[in-house]
Amino acid sequence: MFDRFRSLVLSLTLAAAAGGAWAQDADPAESAIWKKVHEGVFANAPIADAAGIVTLETPKRAEDAAIVPIAIRSGFAQSSARYIDTIWLLVDNNPSPIAAVFHFTPDSGRADMETRIRIEQYTHVRAVAKTNDGKLYMAANYVKASGGCSAPAGKDAIAAKASLGKMRMRVDGIVVPGKPALAQLMISHPNDSGLAMDQVTRNYASPHFVRKVDVSYDGKPIMSADVDFSISENPNFRFWFTPGEGGQLEAKVVDNQDLEFATTLRLDAVRSASALPSR
Amino acid sequence: MATPWRCPCWSLNALVCVVGGWTLGAIASPPDLTELTLDNPAPGIYVHYGQQAEMTRANFGDVANIGFVVGAACVAVVDTGGTYAVGRALRSAIRSVTALPVCYVINTHVHPDHIFGNAAFTPDQPQFVGHAHLADAMQRRGPNYLRALERDLGDVATDSRIVLPTRSVATADELDLGGRVLSVRAWRTAHTDTDLTVFDRTTGTLWLGDLGFVGHIPVVDGNLRGFLAVLEELKTIPADRAIPGHGRAREWPGAIAPEEKYLLALLRDVRAAIKAGQTLDQAVESIGGDRGQWTLYDDFHRRNVTAAYAELEWEN
Repeated sequence: MFDRFRSLVLSLTLAAAAGGAWAQDADPAESAIWKKVHEGVFANAPIADAAGIVTLETPKRAEDAAIVPIAIRSGFAQSSARYIDTIWLLVDNNPSPIAAVFHFTPDSGRADMETRIRIEQYTHVRAVAKTNDGKLYMAANYVKASGGCSAPAGKDAIAAKASLGKMRMRVDGIVVPGKPALAQLMISHPNDSGLAMDQVTRNYASPHFVRKVDVSYDGKPIMSADVDFSISENPNFRFWFTPGEGGQLEAKVVDNQDLEFATTLRLDAVRSASALPSR
Repeated sequence: MATPWRCPCWSLNALVCVVGGWTLGAIASPPDLTELTLDNPAPGIYVHYGQQAEMTRANFGDVANIGFVVGAACVAVVDTGGTYAVGRALRSAIRSVTALPVCYVINTHVHPDHIFGNAAFTPDQPQFVGHAHLADAMQRRGPNYLRALERDLGDVATDSRIVLPTRSVATADELDLGGRVLSVRAWRTAHTDTDLTVFDRTTGTLWLGDLGFVGHIPVVDGNLRGFLAVLEELKTIPADRAIPGHGRAREWPGAIAPEEKYLLALLRDVRAAIKAGQTLDQAVESIGGDRGQWTLYDDFHRRNVTAAYAELEWEN
């Protein structure tokens, strides 16, 4: 409690010194939230710098607080001998700091992920990767919140509900057996925190967000994700998989109200699949 | 969004000032905003032009156009500024013009630079008028806006708070000021999902809120295609002049021509980037847009590309 007290006083004082700009760009290891997550999720296990394992790409400043693109890129190809099996995406100062936990397999080809997140306030964003030998690695970036009139809330709550569950999946470029291919999954969903209180009834809206995404190719898992409302409205994921001679890419999505959505994409090797319709 | 860490901030406000004064030398008590300059473009129409800037301590959050319309019986306020301090200054500016009561406070949309002065008018017990989605949007965004305001403006934000609408406009409404009726219209999602315009038939004056940007780069925080469609419909309103949310009043409909040009270029360029297979961040990096004579271009253009991309990638 004293630490929180002290850091608040310090950070607010620094803010005043900077003429109102939030000046805290502190050591990511000193974040109070991170200390809790390190203990609670990783049992205080040692975590090495992620150089050579993963890089984390974020903008320095969130242009739009509701749609902040982030990319995690792995430093090596997945193989059964050596692969990244889990990546945690953490946003320290969001109401729910664990934005996503991505699971990969050797069949993922590459343990890369591009998605979009909400940024509530100035924060460290982290990617913690676990390799198949159980070792942990972390990359962290500091992201400044957006300016005054941008908010993490969605842009059109009613429209988002109207198209709930619509999905699109595509694969870019030529699909060559054994060569990692890039896929994109788009899910129309408000991904709403439910943290807005109705001032009249004093009730909170029901949270409604995607909690689980499972993607398989030919029945074998290639990427799955446990996610929540730190992911932007209309969750969007770009990831890799290693195709065979032809097969079916299948995505299953479950939200916190246990609604299920699915889409499939039939892929034939050595031809472009991006023009094929998804259902 | 909930703000689990807000309570300690509140309780520490006084202490922070003391600590700040002690370590950094004197930090003055909240600076006072005493007088707002008013333009009077037509009889009974008063506009205060906000600065073309992001909200800062130095400008009190006085960055949006705000104003009022005086009828024979009472006054309608159109937007209240980015802080309680601006709202209070607007209230005393009204008193310098008329002794009539304030019966309506209209918010043209949810953005903080237009609504945080509302609290200064609660003693007048007006009807707070807003789009049918405004209450919901204020609740969703309010805590985040307030936290950002306190972060960026410190004690200048004192007493700023969310005041919800008490009169909700689903499509259209009329507000009688005595001998003068304001036509209020609620629009589909455009600049935001809470856009409202106010038309004074008596003088042919159209208050656009942030459906109108003059000089200040347009901002998309709703739906780009909706924004363009609403601009098209707005042009049919037989107004003589328009008061934009940012920038000087202009003749109608010429006022919105540069804005429309910018938004059309944004639509074309983002569509082309998506078609070419660019990702969101590639599009943000590559689309320079039509910089023109816009102010605050670097603050908002990349954001506009971001919002437009997330909308348009669902086309087809």
